[in-house]
Amino acid sequence: MKDVKCECGHVNPHGTVLCEACGKELINQTNSEQLIDMRYEGSARRSQTYNKTIIDKIWNFFSSVKVGVWLIIITLIASSLGTILPQEMYINLPADVYYEQEYGWFGKLYYQLGFNNLYGSWWYLILIAMIGISLVICSLDRVVPLYKALKAQRVTRHEGFLKRQRVFGVNEIASESDFATIKKHLQKRRYHIREENGDILAEKGRFARWGPYVNHVGLIIFLFGGMLRFIPGMYVNEDLWVREGETAVVPETDGQFYLQNNKFILEHYDKNKDKTFEKAIEKAGEVVKNYQSNVVLYKRVGQNLPGEKPTLKKIKDYKVRVNLPLQYEGYSVFQSSFRNELSKMSFALTNQQTNKSAGELTIDLTDPKMKYDLGKGYSVEILNYFPDFEFADNGEPTTKSRVPNNPAFVFRMVSPEKPKGETSFVAIKQTIEPFGDNQYKMSFKGIETKNVSGFIVRKDSTLWAIILGGIIFMIGVIQGAYWNHRRIWIQNKNGQVWIAAHTNKNWYGLKREIEGVLAETNLAMPIDQAQIEEMDKGGV
Amino acid sequence: MKKRRLVIRSIILLLLGSAVVYTLYANFTKDTKQKVAVGAQAPDFALVDMQGNKHQLSDYKGQGVFLNFWGTWCPPCKKEMPYINNQYHQYKDKGVQVLTVDIQESELAVNQFAERLKLDFPIMIDTDKEVMNTYGIDPLPATFLIDKNGKVVEYYTGELTEEKVREFMEKIKP
Repeated sequence: MKDVKCECGHVNPHGTVLCEACGKELINQTNSEQLIDMRYEGSARRSQTYNKTIIDKIWNFFSSVKVGVWLIIITLIASSLGTILPQEMYINLPADVYYEQEYGWFGKLYYQLGFNNLYGSWWYLILIAMIGISLVICSLDRVVPLYKALKAQRVTRHEGFLKRQRVFGVNEIASESDFATIKKHLQKRRYHIREENGDILAEKGRFARWGPYVNHVGLIIFLFGGMLRFIPGMYVNEDLWVREGETAVVPETDGQFYLQNNKFILEHYDKNKDKTFEKAIEKAGEVVKNYQSNVVLYKRVGQNLPGEKPTLKKIKDYKVRVNLPLQYEGYSVFQSSFRNELSKMSFALTNQQTNKSAGELTIDLTDPKMKYDLGKGYSVEILNYFPDFEFADNGEPTTKSRVPNNPAFVFRMVSPEKPKGETSFVAIKQTIEPFGDNQYKMSFKGIETKNVSGFIVRKDSTLWAIILGGIIFMIGVIQGAYWNHRRIWIQNKNGQVWIAAHTNKNWYGLKREIEGVLAETNLAMPIDQAQIEEMDKGGV
Repeated sequence: MKKRRLVIRSIILLLLGSAVVYTLYANFTKDTKQKVAVGAQAPDFALVDMQGNKHQLSDYKGQGVFLNFWGTWCPPCKKEMPYINNQYHQYKDKGVQVLTVDIQESELAVNQFAERLKLDFPIMIDTDKEVMNTYGIDPLPATFLIDKNGKVVEYYTGELTEEKVREFMEKIKP
C-alpha cells in the first residue's frame, strides 16, 4: 500500500479521502454534486485500510464506533438486569435458598443465570473492559489522523473542496479595501488568519475538536481508578464490631491500629425539648437524633506476634458520629450500625418454700466464673454454659454460636441443707429440675445489656484517579460543547472571489458571523447549500 | 512504517489486555484467596494455654505441628476432638505437636468442653481473633499441617476422621 500524492504536491497516507493540504477529493465516495463529508477532515482512519495480521483485525474490531455503541447498549441492558432483584450482597440468606424462596421460578432462574452477583461477574467485567479498550482504540484511531490533517492543511484549497462546502458563495469581484475590511472584521472576532497568494484562511476554536478525546482520556483514567480498587491495599471496606469497653484490632491495617469503644450513645428527638418538631415526632414516633461512639484510637508500638498482648500508644480520642468519621493515615472509621447484646444476668438463690433469698450473683456472660460463693455455706457452680442455647437433634442441650443470644446454664446449688448440691437447668423463661423436686431454685433477677458499635473501616486510595478522571471528563465536555471549530476560506479562483465556510457545529452562529465579517463590503453572503438541498427535497 | 504500526498496536493491545487480565484475576481471587498458602511459611504466633503455658509456634521448629482451630459450639469440632486427642498420644513422642486454638470463647466454656471430652493437648483461646485473622480462617474446624521447617504442608477445613488425623500426623512426622 502506497501513500497518495495529490496534484498539489502533498503526500497523503493511504486511505485519505480528502487531501490533507488542499482538500481535493482523492477517493470518490459521492457524486461530485453532493456536499463533502467533512468528518475527521476526510483523513485516513488507519483501521479502515490495513487488515492483514490478527493484531490489525482485533484493532479494527475495537476501532469501530458501531462496535463501541453496541458494547455500551449491551452493558446498559446487563446493568439494568441486575436491578430487577436484590443483589447477593444485600440479602441475608444463602443465595441458593433466597431467590427461589422469595421469587419462585423466576428467582431460581435469576440465580441460575448468575444475575445474583451480576456486577462482579466475569462477563460484566469483560464488557466494561471492552468498552475501555474500544474507547482507547477508537480515540487513537481518530485523533492522530485528524491532528495530522488539521496541521497539514494549506490556505489555498482545491476548487472541488470549496465548492462542495455547505456554506459557499461566489463573487465576481472584490477590491483591496474589501479584503482589508474583512481581515479587520475577522481579527475582531478572534480568528487566526493565514494568507497565501492573496487567499485567506481564517480559523478559530480548533481546540474544540479535541474535546471528545480529552473526554475519553478522562473516562479512561476513571476506569483505571476503578481497576486500582482490585490492587490489594488500595481499597479497604470492612466491618468492625466493638463492644463497649473493649478494644479491637482495626482490620486490614496489619495490626497497626486498635480501636477502643468507650461508649455507644443513641439519642432521640425529645418532643418536649425540640418544640419545632413536635408534630413530626408525634406522627413518626421515635426519631433518632444521634448515633455516636466515643472511641480511642491506638497505634501499636514495636512488634508483637499475633496472640501476644501488644503495647499500645494512644493517638486520639474521638466521637464517631454518622458522617463524621474518625480519620487517620488515610483510614476512615464510620459509625454504621449498632446492636444490643446481653452482657450480664443476675440470679438469686431462693428457697422454694420460704421464698427467701440466700444471696445473689451476677454472671458475666462473656466470661462466666466456675463457682460463685454466696457465704454461709451457700454457693452456686456452673456445670454447663450454653451462650446461644438450643436443643440439638438428639435432644441434648447445645449452643448455636459463641454469642450470648439465648444463655442457658446448668447450675449446681449448694446449701447447708443440701451440701452435695442440687442440679437445675435454667434458660430464659424456663427451669428444668432433672432430678425431681429441688429445695432451692435460681430465680431470675435481671439482665444487663451492652451496646456493640458497628463501624465501617474504609480506605480509598483510588479517589484521586476517579476525581482526576471526572475533572478531565468535564473539561473535555466543556471544550467540545462550548467552542466551535470554525473556518472561513476567502480565495481567488478563476478571477472570482470564492467564499466557503465550515464549522463542526452551530451553523447558524457561523452564518451570523460571516454576515458580520462581510458587512461594509461589496461581497455577497454565501449560501447554505444544505438548506437549499432540503428545500429541493421538501418542495417548500 | 508498517512494522512500526504493528509494533505500536501490539504494545497497546498487550497493555490493555494485561490490565483486563489482572483485574479479572484479582476479582476472582479476592474471595477465595487463602491468607496462608500451602508451601508458605506458617506465620508465627504466641498464645497462652489453659494451664498458663505460653506456646510460640517457632519454638516447635524441628517438630511437625498439627494446628487446629475450633469452637465448642461447632458440632464437627466436637466430633473430631477425641480423634485428635487419641492421635496426639500416639505421636507426641514421635515429634508431632498438637496445638489447638479456640476462637474467642469464655474460659469456662472451653474448660468444661475439654473436661467433658477428656482432652489433654494444649488448648489456647484466641481472645482477640488475631491468630484467626492472621491465618484467614473462616469456617470451623480448620486444620493446618506445619512441617519441621515451619512450612504449611496442608490446609483442611471440615470434620476429620480418626484415619485422616493419623494420615495427617504421619505426613508431618519429622
